[in-house]
Amino acid sequence: MILVWLITILFAGGIGAWLSEKRNPELPRVIALATILLDLFLVVLMLVAPGVLGLDNGSQAELGQTGDWLVLSSNEWIPRFGVSFIFGADGLGLLLITLTVFLGLMSLGSAWGEIKERTGFFYFNLLWTLAGVIGVFTALDLFLFFFFWEVMLIPMYFIIAIWGHENKEYAAMKFFIFTQVSGMLMLLAILMLVFFHYQSTGEFTFSYFDLLGTVLPDGVGFWVMLGFFIAFATKLPTVPFHNWLPDAHSQAPTPGSVILAGILLKTGAYGLIRFTIPLFPDVSADFAPAAMMLGVVSILYTAKVAFSQNDLKRLIAYTSVSHMGFVMLGVYAWTAQGVQGAVMTMLAHGFSAAALFMLAGGLQHRIHTRQMDKMGGLWGVVPKMGFMALFFTVAAVGMPGLGNFIGEFLVLLGSFRVNVLAAALAAIGMVVAAVYSLIVIQKVFHGENKNNLVVEDLTTVEMICFGLMMIGLLWMGMYPQSMLDMSEPTLRSLGVLFFQ
Amino acid sequence: MYSNLIIDLMQIIMLTISTVVVMVTTAFKRDHGLISGLTVFGLTASLLTFVFVQPVVPLEATQLLMIDEYSLFFSNLIIVGAIGVALLAYPYFQNHNVQNEEFYILLMTATLGAVVLACSNHFVSFLLGMEMMGVSLYAMIAYPVHAAKSAKFPLEAGVKYLILSALTSGITLFGIALVYAYIGTMGFDEIPAALEAAGELGPVFLIGVLMIVAGSAFKLSLVPFHIWTPDVYEGAPVPVTAFLATVSKAAMLAVTLRLLLVSNAIELNVVTTVLTVMAAASIIFGNLLALLQENVKRLFAYSSIAHLGYLLVIIIAAAKIPGALSVEGVSFYMLAYFVMSLSGFAVISALSNSEKEYDQLADFRGLFWRNSWVSAVLITVLLSLAGIPLTAGFIGKFYIFTTGVEGELWFLLTMLIIGSAIGLYYYLRLIYIMLQPADNNAADPATVSLPLGVHAVMAAMTVAIIYLGVYPAPMIDTLQSLASAF
Repeated sequence: MILVWLITILFAGGIGAWLSEKRNPELPRVIALATILLDLFLVVLMLVAPGVLGLDNGSQAELGQTGDWLVLSSNEWIPRFGVSFIFGADGLGLLLITLTVFLGLMSLGSAWGEIKERTGFFYFNLLWTLAGVIGVFTALDLFLFFFFWEVMLIPMYFIIAIWGHENKEYAAMKFFIFTQVSGMLMLLAILMLVFFHYQSTGEFTFSYFDLLGTVLPDGVGFWVMLGFFIAFATKLPTVPFHNWLPDAHSQAPTPGSVILAGILLKTGAYGLIRFTIPLFPDVSADFAPAAMMLGVVSILYTAKVAFSQNDLKRLIAYTSVSHMGFVMLGVYAWTAQGVQGAVMTMLAHGFSAAALFMLAGGLQHRIHTRQMDKMGGLWGVVPKMGFMALFFTVAAVGMPGLGNFIGEFLVLLGSFRVNVLAAALAAIGMVVAAVYSLIVIQKVFHGENKNNLVVEDLTTVEMICFGLMMIGLLWMGMYPQSMLDMSEPTLRSLGVLFFQ
Repeated sequence: MYSNLIIDLMQIIMLTISTVVVMVTTAFKRDHGLISGLTVFGLTASLLTFVFVQPVVPLEATQLLMIDEYSLFFSNLIIVGAIGVALLAYPYFQNHNVQNEEFYILLMTATLGAVVLACSNHFVSFLLGMEMMGVSLYAMIAYPVHAAKSAKFPLEAGVKYLILSALTSGITLFGIALVYAYIGTMGFDEIPAALEAAGELGPVFLIGVLMIVAGSAFKLSLVPFHIWTPDVYEGAPVPVTAFLATVSKAAMLAVTLRLLLVSNAIELNVVTTVLTVMAAASIIFGNLLALLQENVKRLFAYSSIAHLGYLLVIIIAAAKIPGALSVEGVSFYMLAYFVMSLSGFAVISALSNSEKEYDQLADFRGLFWRNSWVSAVLITVLLSLAGIPLTAGFIGKFYIFTTGVEGELWFLLTMLIIGSAIGLYYYLRLIYIMLQPADNNAADPATVSLPLGVHAVMAAMTVAIIYLGVYPAPMIDTLQSLASAF
């Protein structure tokens, strides 16, 4: 039940924040903070002392599961269609929930000083997005999963459409239509899977556990898998479905960008790991070379596109697509190192991309532009910001000792065993990353301060946020084993290839 | 025996009595409040009689009417819709200085016709119900024609509906005649046996069937019989548009579905082919044309064309899947669509009166910040129409996908996905417009305090949308039991 509580608290907090605006426009952010802190507290308890929460394995046995599920619960919802509330978290899920709640806190930090208008509705949307994402990471009934998949979309649409920048209508619309249409393909695929499962067993069910191992007729399996793949590849995103992302990221307000880049993209990767490959192991194996090549194309192509951007947020957005290419590559290698690397990249990129978007948003908030040719020489003006930018940039590039390095290195290692060419090409991506990242530092913080910009440096709230994220990245870089140990049992049970 | 029959027909009898009472009262005392109150009371009383009817069904009341759980469900839906329309009509016509009372009589007769349609099991009652509803609607659509600054084109809309509807009735009647000439029976449930006796299917029979299908398609506004829809939706006063979008559609759908399933016509290849073409065309054209609209009523008109196209997918699936599942799906989708439409038109009605209708997209600018409640209702409706989870529309769409996959209608499902993608655009555009900062210069209809009735309709429908979307299990159980007869 604890997972349901995590979600309910966020839903309730969102409504509370919305209602409280009438009393005092300052109140919603306080309520949001309290809500997220409460969730964070529960998550930490789950990580550190699961016994305190009375987590038991009763419902686990009920579902016939003996795996390494930390929490599982199940309740009927729509018995007519075999739909039930099945929530579960294993090591992988728990890592991602932690990421979600933590980055939720960060995005709250970035909203703290920036969002002044319609605060109630803003924090409502923020908390509901987080609730939807946690739902996605914990739902183990395909209907329920799809439900949350869509639920996280709408508040995000509102965030972009109301608090976004100059071209928000276009960006919000594009974001929504891309994800909704690909979602509809997934719904169709889910129903086909359920239907063929029904034909072969006579049981109508959406339960993930029951559907694992469904044998699909020849020729159908590929199309059903493709429905899932397109939905997740759009969210991840990977070329050629990445088109919505630069617009959505650059137009969204900073807290929105933080959530988008830090968390929402990870739902796509999670979907691939949890659903696409385990549900269709055979067709996925056949499809893997193509998917890995898509990953490589994403890495190289978007790196090049990023290099040619002048809009700071668009640049970071494209680099996100590039880094997500590594995730795609690692996941479809389906070897222990590959998938572990993908998980590490998801976590580390969540931190580094969120931080970079907060910096870009902070700059825009201060100097009212995202165009890099109008910046320059800012190091002298905002030294703290410059330092943070440098730190998170080199983190994103893959500096050893920080989380991103571990992730991308493991991905390359894992995919090399399976597909030498893809791994070799992807490695070039790491070189290009250095080029496009350092040029940012060069253009923004070095050189001459042409426009004589004088702005205030990072505030205390911002410093705290960046500091926390620095610690996180350092931890991931220095002691990745703590996280690898958590995700390993999950990956084993999903059937990832472990070499001795 | 006879007492059971009377109980069986209680809803229809009660509606008839209420109609007469309203008519007679109008003759003695013209008082808008009194008449509208009587109407709502009469409708509510008729609705509540279902408690007595339920135990005796299914029972055939003469050859013409079949009262069973299915017809009862649709009758209740229709009467609820009529109550909603009456509640919307009162504030709408309140400051309209001509005689308003006749409107309620027309509303009652139209509702009566709709209920007869929902119970119809015979071509005679089919035509009777259709005409009773249709003729009342001609007058209802053109009702504010004498008002100085009325809804824009009530007369145009009324005449358009009159001519096209009369033409369709003629076609339907001719189709019925052809079918009768071939098989010699008019009862829906006698058709399969009569057909078997008649032997091979001749072209005359098929043409007759297709003419009847065309007649139904007109009332359901399916492409290519949709031409009247946007103009009539726009021209009619909002409460009447609400009636057209909800009650008239539900009644027609109920009888069409019963006809197609009971007579086994759905298993004829010709019929499925024609329906498939109509469904695909409705989905694509409805959504595409909706993109171009600047008037919210026209937008809803085109969106309703698309939604009826979606509904048709479930009906077509009945050729391959068990009829009961199809009936269950159609009933759910119709219920969902009914609730969404009524709620949507309640919002437009809340902003309008017979002097001025606020139905342009531009009128909705910033509505979310001016009147969050009304706007939140509309956003819920739009998200539900787009089929987003937490709303009834999502479960409805789920039914379409489920039945479509089981019936292996891959072509229609592709059309459905394309159509929904286009649909998202105009639903979102309206939402986006409402979220924009308010324009201070615009006349502000939303600040006018609204009468309780309109609030009640909006609140009830919004609760229904969310309840059906979050916890549909009880309703699904009900629908499953009513569908088991097929």
